[in-house]
Amino acid sequence: MLEAVFLSPFKDMLGAPGFLVEVLIGGLAAGLMYSLVALGFVLIFKASGVFNFAQGVMVLFAALTLVGLMERGVPVVLGLLLTMVVMIALAFAIERVVLRPLVNQEYIILFMATIGLSFFLEGFGELLWGSNVKKLDVGIPDTSFMVRGVQVNKLEITAALTAAVLVTILAVFFQKTRIGRALRAVADDHEAALSIGIPLKTIWVVVWSVAGLVALVAGIMWGAKSGVQFSLSLIALKALPVLILGGFTSVPGAIVGGVIIGVGEKLGEVYWGPLVGGAIENWFAYVLALVFLLFRPQGLFGERIIERV
Amino acid sequence: MIYREAGQFKHTYASDQAIFPIAQDRWIMLGLLVAAFCVPLVATEYWLQAVLIPFLVYSLAALGLNLLTGYAGQLSLGTGGFMAVGAYSAFKLATAFPSLPIIVVFLLAGLAAALVGLLFGVPSLRIKGFYLAVATLASQFFLVWLFNKVAWFTNYASSGTITAPPRTVLGVMVTGPEATAGVRYVVALALVMAFALIAKNLVRGRVGRCWMAIRDRDIAAEIIGIRPLRTKLLAFSVSSFYCGVAGAALVFLYYGSAETLAFDINLSFLVLFMVIIGGLGSILGSFLGAAFIVLVPIFLTNAPEAVGLGLPVALQKQLELMVFGGLIVFLLIVEPHGLARLWQISKEKLRLWPFPY
Repeated sequence: MLEAVFLSPFKDMLGAPGFLVEVLIGGLAAGLMYSLVALGFVLIFKASGVFNFAQGVMVLFAALTLVGLMERGVPVVLGLLLTMVVMIALAFAIERVVLRPLVNQEYIILFMATIGLSFFLEGFGELLWGSNVKKLDVGIPDTSFMVRGVQVNKLEITAALTAAVLVTILAVFFQKTRIGRALRAVADDHEAALSIGIPLKTIWVVVWSVAGLVALVAGIMWGAKSGVQFSLSLIALKALPVLILGGFTSVPGAIVGGVIIGVGEKLGEVYWGPLVGGAIENWFAYVLALVFLLFRPQGLFGERIIERV
Repeated sequence: MIYREAGQFKHTYASDQAIFPIAQDRWIMLGLLVAAFCVPLVATEYWLQAVLIPFLVYSLAALGLNLLTGYAGQLSLGTGGFMAVGAYSAFKLATAFPSLPIIVVFLLAGLAAALVGLLFGVPSLRIKGFYLAVATLASQFFLVWLFNKVAWFTNYASSGTITAPPRTVLGVMVTGPEATAGVRYVVALALVMAFALIAKNLVRGRVGRCWMAIRDRDIAAEIIGIRPLRTKLLAFSVSSFYCGVAGAALVFLYYGSAETLAFDINLSFLVLFMVIIGGLGSILGSFLGAAFIVLVPIFLTNAPEAVGLGLPVALQKQLELMVFGGLIVFLLIVEPHGLARLWQISKEKLRLWPFPY
C-alpha cells in the first residue's frame, strides 16, 4: 500500500519521461485556463473587496452573447466588439443596481448579493440566447501537433499565450496608467483614496468592466475548448482553489496558483487517481490548496494579513 | 406587539431570563405549537409533502449553519457535505442495526457528522474569512465524492441510492414508503422543536457568548480568555451535528430515497441563502429564511399559471432563476440583516402603535 502511494507513481514518471512531459504540459495549459477565470476574481476583490461569485456566470454570459451574436450572422470582430460593449454595460448596471446600495455592508452580504446576481445572469443569458449547447468557433483549431514526440494541443498553446498577453496588459495597465494607479490606491485604502479625490464609483465600474472583459477572454477560450453551455459557469468552482492558493489580492498569484493547481491536478489524476478509483479532480485541487494554506494562510502571494484589535 | 407588558413584574431571575418574558407571547407560542401539531388533521398531502416537511428539514439545517456562521462567524460552504454524512451514516446505522430506535439513529448520525465537522473545522484555526469559506468547499466536494465512490456506504446498491428503511416509533410507521406524510411531519416537527429549544439556550449561555465574542473580534476574545481552538471546534461540531440530523431527516422524512446529487454544492448555497435572508445570528431567522426559500420557488412556479399565463417550460425556468436572483439582491439591499430584523422592527413599531411617542 505504502509502495503504491509513495514509490510506484514516481517509478512510472521516470519510466516514461515523454508521457510525463505530456502530462505536465497538459496540466500547465489547463492551469492557465483556470488562471484566466481566477484573474477576474482577483481584479474585483482587489479593488472593491467583493468576492464576486458571479465571475463564472459572467464568463458564461460573455461567451453566450458572443455565440448568440455570431449565430445571427455578425462577423467575429464586430461580435467581439459588441460583446465588449455588453460587458461594459453590464458593469455599469451592476455598479448602479447592486453595489451602490450595498456599499459599506459586511463582506458576506456582498458575497451573497453576487450569488443572487449569478442566478439572475444565468437566467437572463439563457433567456436571451437559449440554453442549448453551442459551438464557439473563432478560428482557433483544437488540434494537436508533435514536438519531439510530445503531443501539444494548439488550443492550449493559444490559451497560454493569451493568458500571458493578458497579464502583461493588465500589469502595464495597473502600473503605468492613471486609472491603474487610482485602482491600486482604492485597493490599498478606500477612504484614503476617496479623500484625495478618486471617484470610487467610476473605479468600480472600470474594474467590473475589466473583469467583464477578462471573463470574455476566458469565455472564448473555454467555449472553444468545451462548447458554450451552462456547465461553463461551474469553472468558477475550479478557479476558487487557484484563488486561495495564489492569494485573493495578487494577479501573479492567480497565474502561479493556476499553474500549480493545473499541474498538481493532472499529476494527481494520472498517477494517484487510479489508487482511489478516479474522478478525484473535483476535490483534489481544493485539498492541494488547503495544504498550502495551512502554511501560508494568506495564499502564496497574498498581502500579509496583519490583525489588530 | 399591540399588547402591552404593563403590569407584568419580574420577581425572580428565572422570570427575567425566560425566552418569552411576556405572558401573551408565551400563550401565543403555545397556541402556535398546538396548532402546528394539529396541522396534519387538516392539511392536504401536497402541503405536507411539498411545503411543510421541507420547511422543517431545511429549518434544522439552517439552524445548524446559523450557529456556525451567524453566531461563531465562521463562513462555511460545506453544509451539503455534512448533511450527506448525516444521511449516509443514518442509512448505514438503520440497515446494520434494524432494532435500533430511529430517533437514536438520527442522533448517532448527527454525532457522526459532528466528528467529521470537527475534522474539517481544524483549518479554521489558521484560515479565516473567504479563505476558510473556500477551504470548506474542500469538505463539500470530498465528502460527496467519497459517498459516490465507496459502494460500502450505499450497501453496494447498484443504483447508488440510499432508501429509508421502514421503521416505527411506538408502533406507528414513521419512515419508509408506508409512512404517511402526516406522521413524518409530526416527527420532523418534534425534532426541530427540540433542537431549536436547545439552540436557543446554547446561544444564550456561556457557549453562545464565547461564539459571539470570537465572531466579533477573535483576537480580543482570545485576550479576554476565550480559547479559540475549543470554541471554534465546538461551533463546527455542534453545527455539523445539526446539519447531520437535518441530512438524515432529509432522506428519512422527506425524500424517502436519495443519491449524492441531492447533497451537492447547491444545497450548501441554498442553506446559506436561508441563513442570510432569514438573518445571521437569529434562531427565528433560520425559520423565516427556510420558509422564504421553500415558498418562493413554489410561488414562482405556480404564479404564471394562476394569472392565466401559460409559459413554455424553458422560459418559465429562466424567468424563475431571474426573479429568484433579483429578489435575493433586492432583499439584501432593503434589509441586509434579514427577515428577523424586519420582524423585530415591526414588533417594536407595533408596541408603540398607535402612539409613536
